[in-house]
Amino acid sequence: MKPNILYHFGRYVLMMKKTISKPESWTMYWKETMRQMNDIGVGSLTIIILISVFIGAVTAVQFSYQLGSAMVPRYYVGYIVRDITIIELAPTITCLVLAGKVGSNIAAELGGMRQKEHIDAMEIMGVNTASFLILPKVIAALFVVPLLVCTAAFVSIMGGYLATVPSGYFTGPEYIQGLRSFFDPYNVFMMFVKATVFGYILTSVSSYQGYYVTGGSIELGRASTNAVVYSNILILLSDYVIAVVLTS
Amino acid sequence: MIRVEKITKKFGDLEVLKGITLDFYQGKTNIIIGRSGAGKTVLLKIIVGLYPPTSGKILYGDRDFLSLNQKQLRAIRMKVGMLFQQGALFDSMTIEENIRFPLDMFSNMTLKEKNSKVTETLERVDLREVNHLYPSEASGGMQKRVGIARAIVLEPDYLFCDEPNSGLDPKTSILIDELISDITQERNITTIINTHDMNSVMEIGENIALLSNGHLEWQGHKDEVLNSDNEELHRFIFASPFLKKLRDKALQNQ
Repeated sequence: MKPNILYHFGRYVLMMKKTISKPESWTMYWKETMRQMNDIGVGSLTIIILISVFIGAVTAVQFSYQLGSAMVPRYYVGYIVRDITIIELAPTITCLVLAGKVGSNIAAELGGMRQKEHIDAMEIMGVNTASFLILPKVIAALFVVPLLVCTAAFVSIMGGYLATVPSGYFTGPEYIQGLRSFFDPYNVFMMFVKATVFGYILTSVSSYQGYYVTGGSIELGRASTNAVVYSNILILLSDYVIAVVLTS
Repeated sequence: MIRVEKITKKFGDLEVLKGITLDFYQGKTNIIIGRSGAGKTVLLKIIVGLYPPTSGKILYGDRDFLSLNQKQLRAIRMKVGMLFQQGALFDSMTIEENIRFPLDMFSNMTLKEKNSKVTETLERVDLREVNHLYPSEASGGMQKRVGIARAIVLEPDYLFCDEPNSGLDPKTSILIDELISDITQERNITTIINTHDMNSVMEIGENIALLSNGHLEWQGHKDEVLNSDNEELHRFIFASPFLKKLRDKALQNQ
């Protein structure tokens, strides 16, 4: 019989419960967390900046076009780009991209370790493998993903400026006036909540997919794909839940 | 000493182990042999706790391994070293870092003490000069020795070796066998080897257990092999015509 969703959910909960334990060696966990921060954060910075520039640029150009003939002040475009970026695009698009890049990498790394018996070797030594291999990834993501999202939001807003001001859609002061209008710090709080939750989802779900890989290279590839697919679905689902909860 | 009592293991409807009772002695090289699919690797993985048995008991000394809590289990596992068939060396670490890993994880040693311990272990397995290489840059024999070094660096009481000679040439196999046998005697530890290699069995087998279709078929010392009247043992040990001829010749001389 094929395991159902409740089986996977139960096993995921048990795995995450196992990750929370006293580290065998604080130094080793610290080193591993730093390595993960570097891999997830520094390793993803270029792609996040690249994507964010274009997201900001397209948003600004698109809204300039949409609102061009309406009776709406032109500086509203800056305001719209800022809020849509902070509330939705920066956290969601960044984390969907990270689910593809980091999530598949985590699943492949852990799955490879399972297949090459590295995880068994550590278990026999007495290492709590769920904790040592997964906890540093989750902790690293909880710190680094919000920073990446913050960077993405900033770069995206800059992208909007670069795409519209030099090409004459409106002037620089108009765009900046939009950025400074109707600012609600609560939106930034919402962005960080989303980034933190999404960071947790993409690392823990991908770790789950990799940690329990059985079989050969086909199963490893499937685990890597599942990591991306399930992370994306859960990110979008939790995006909706967070939006409802934090705006109600 | 390790004792397994009435161990059974089922995977679905397939019963791989059918009530095996066996003793593995301290200070001796205990060898599990049997045809492919006889249940050797499953038994070894049950003994080290990677698979739970369907029923039965495992005693490490006088402690029931299966009734230990997580903390007690970890304490016992720190007394266990294992050499895997494919080495299971961490690819992203050098040979030295692989050997250092258990020390970094579990010991309270200072950096100087750790360095000294790693050097001593590297010298014991004759790998002092290649400590900076990555596992992928090392030969099969070197990888096995790194696996042994990593397994013994915490000075375990129990050493498990899953097919230590697989993929090695006969000369390197003999060196690996001698290394395992010497370490067993030097440190008076309980060593369990799972192998197909008849040279190993006849060279270092002090307590040999033959598994057949999930049963314990025969158990004894290497010196008892020739005089045993167990047909399954003879079919297995002397499967090669060359060895069969040697046995017949030896029996004629007797």
